[in-house]
Amino acid sequence: MKENLVLIGNGMAGMRTIEELLKLAPEKYNITVFGEEPYGNYNRIMLSPVLANEKTLDEIMLNDEQWYADNNIKLEKGKKVVEINRARREVIAEDGTVAPYDRLIIATGSTSFMLPLPGADKYGVIGFRDVADVDMMIEAAQQYKKAVVIGGGLLGLEAANGLMKQGMDVTVVHLLDTLMERQLDKPAAKMLQQSLEDRGMKFLMDHATEEILGDDRVTGLRFTNGDEVEADLVVMAVGIKPNIELAQKAGLHCERGIVVSDTMQTFDPRIWSVGECVQHRGVTYGLVAPLFEQAKVAANHLAEFGIARYEGTVTSTKLKVTGIELFSAGDFHGDETTEELLFHDVAGGTYKKLVLKDNIIIGAVLYGDTVDGTWYFQLMRDGTDVSDFRNTLLFGQAHLGDAGHGDETRVAAMPDDAEICGCNGVCKGEIVQAITDKKLFTLEEVRAHTKASASCGSCTGLVESLLAHTLGGDYSEAPSKKPMCGCTDYSHDEVRAAIREHGLKSQEEIRQMMEWKTPDGCAACRTALNYYLLCEYPGYDDPESRFINERAHGNIQKDGSYSVVPRMFGGLCTPQELRAIADVAEKYDVKEMKVTGGQRIDMFGIKKEDLPAMWKDLSEAGFVSGHAYGKAMRTCKTCVGKTWCRMGTQDSTGLGVKLEELTWGSWMPHKFKLAVSGCPRNCAEATIKDFGVVCVDSGYELHIGGNGGIKVRVTDFLTKVDTEEEVLEWCGAFCQLYREDAHYLERTAPWVERVGLQKIKDILEDEKQRKTLHERFLVSQKPAQIDPWKAYAEGERSDHFFEPIKLKVS
Amino acid sequence: MSEWLEITTLDQIPVLGSRVVETDTMNVAIFRGRDDTVYAIKDACPHKNGPLSQGIMHGHSVTCPLHNWKIDLTTGEAMGPDEGCTNVFETKVENGTVFLRLP
Repeated sequence: MKENLVLIGNGMAGMRTIEELLKLAPEKYNITVFGEEPYGNYNRIMLSPVLANEKTLDEIMLNDEQWYADNNIKLEKGKKVVEINRARREVIAEDGTVAPYDRLIIATGSTSFMLPLPGADKYGVIGFRDVADVDMMIEAAQQYKKAVVIGGGLLGLEAANGLMKQGMDVTVVHLLDTLMERQLDKPAAKMLQQSLEDRGMKFLMDHATEEILGDDRVTGLRFTNGDEVEADLVVMAVGIKPNIELAQKAGLHCERGIVVSDTMQTFDPRIWSVGECVQHRGVTYGLVAPLFEQAKVAANHLAEFGIARYEGTVTSTKLKVTGIELFSAGDFHGDETTEELLFHDVAGGTYKKLVLKDNIIIGAVLYGDTVDGTWYFQLMRDGTDVSDFRNTLLFGQAHLGDAGHGDETRVAAMPDDAEICGCNGVCKGEIVQAITDKKLFTLEEVRAHTKASASCGSCTGLVESLLAHTLGGDYSEAPSKKPMCGCTDYSHDEVRAAIREHGLKSQEEIRQMMEWKTPDGCAACRTALNYYLLCEYPGYDDPESRFINERAHGNIQKDGSYSVVPRMFGGLCTPQELRAIADVAEKYDVKEMKVTGGQRIDMFGIKKEDLPAMWKDLSEAGFVSGHAYGKAMRTCKTCVGKTWCRMGTQDSTGLGVKLEELTWGSWMPHKFKLAVSGCPRNCAEATIKDFGVVCVDSGYELHIGGNGGIKVRVTDFLTKVDTEEEVLEWCGAFCQLYREDAHYLERTAPWVERVGLQKIKDILEDEKQRKTLHERFLVSQKPAQIDPWKAYAEGERSDHFFEPIKLKVS
Repeated sequence: MSEWLEITTLDQIPVLGSRVVETDTMNVAIFRGRDDTVYAIKDACPHKNGPLSQGIMHGHSVTCPLHNWKIDLTTGEAMGPDEGCTNVFETKVENGTVFLRLP
């Protein structure tokens, strides 16, 4: 017998909870939904564009009535619930409909707060909350001329803009002298007001309404200072008020909202509550991102998974007025303990303010140029130490060496056929269409449906901007904590901490202890867990949890054949070695050969079953695997050095060989490249490597965190040392720190940006810590430097089958 | 109905791993689940013919090594928002011997 689940409130938060629940436990409940409005579920944050004639009601429907039918959900539309009988566990609607429940979700949302002014009950005085309000406004615009909006906040300005688009003469009345004072500081508010005035909007700042004038229908307003203004329509947008009457009447504990715990349960454990009617840890929310996080948590508990917790949300805001770019997040006022970074260009219409506390962003206001809003927000939530780039912070992410995308980031101005995702060939138009047609809200959803940003990830910022731009308003790109993958709610850091704290020794133990949702994990978390375990316990390995390249010790190509790269330490080779490679290439019918970017020789088109024999021949000629296939140390690129080069200052090739001998075979969170240049001309391009050495006359400069791939990033200078021995020690220590600290699949470049250069420097400059790290690296290298090719060739390893089973079907 | 073909023994397939069976007409990927259930699927992803046998297996699905499509090994259908289907074949295990039936 299925249990009955009843949802009161057919809005975004409630329905999101149902959708999340259907994903987790589709058959668990008989579901009934009560909705006061006579429609399915629509996207309330898009009401402003509807009012502004930019969207239609149909376009903002999230779930039409067919959807409810398809999912066996009973929709009681147009029925207002008037009573919850907790003793009998029944919900009773105005028309007498009774629905029994085993579990109940209250998602009654909020209503416009109507100022209790004399005359507030006159015809033509409305709030701005639902489709009925919008209909009323559109109707009024056809017959009347003058509209007054009370409230210069986010909602008020959106309403005013919409009414103006409907052809009305609009005046905004605001109690304070600053518009949107909860989101903007004075200079930004001033710029906003100016640009709205340029569009024809009028403002009465510092005005408090005393009375609404008129007979049946409103005719005007009188203010406390005695002024009057004419009005045929008055929209009150002074705030929202959680709808708690129903819950209060049922005896549930309420303060400003319905009080819920971190599991989104009310004081009656059979009753959950989500959305704008809720008060969590003293806070009520009116934006959409927190509602979705709450929905996820409630669904998790309704499905009886019992592991999710809602811990509050840091929110950011954008104004949905076409042509006005505005972004705000966090504490943008600051106090005596904070610092400000400020960029103010009145003529250019740009204002940027960042509030920092101890070199961490805690608030931001952007006006005019909001491209970097999502980036600042990310830095803010990650608590990134920005001291290394605070002098360029205000110029945005493009200024941080994002050579690929600098100018492209202005997504709003891009044409529909502009390619956003270069890996999968996805254009702006396709993404926008998927977001609107398929009602997508998160980056993950866009990735799943369009594949945009699903491969190399370099366009993630663009896709997030598109999401923000298309959804407008309250979009927040990701939950505050990023789970490792869909199998768990825990983040990379939490999983790693648990492995260390509880001494977890196998993937099964981790999945069990941390309550994985899937028995075997998935391709994403299995490879990550395997890495974390082998990093913790050198010698650990689960071949079936490795990507095929690392199982087959070659690179799989698009036709299923493999490529093979023998290691040539420091890029050096002898005629005998070249001859051996040539012999092997001919013997195994290599289709093509090329010299790689890392100065090695790559052989293509090799059949999988030929790999072991080929390795045997290469092994006998003295080669080991080049690991060109792995999340591992790849190559050490070198220039000629002082042996031959007239500019050379040190033996760069010799040092390169030593570095490669130290680090080869090492499994890393991602691929890891080294280079040694013999002089500052830097022919080995050491300053775009994960670890680069630039030799100078007086010693060796060490550089870290460079990248020449997806996003070009020049290295940060780490230190300068005098001897080769020191270079080796710093290199080993840096490798180990990266191995132990970075997330799986995080290159050194984003890792350095995430944790901050200073932290890395502090650890490595401490001699004791540096030596310990270096020692741990050497320990982990012992099992890692058993050459896999040789091991297979000599029969010491047989954990992978290279031979197919041949079958004769007669 | 065609006959059952003897393929290999169970211990010749790693748990959560796979083998390739070459026939005259095509390659078939054979997977062994955690519970020793054996699945057989045409070794070609519906997306771009990637060799599914080289992917990572989890539950009763496999992730293609080329572009990360997830394929259900019981139906051959792509999972999630991806759309496409490849052939699956009947298998059985008797006394540790794996049999396959091709159409």
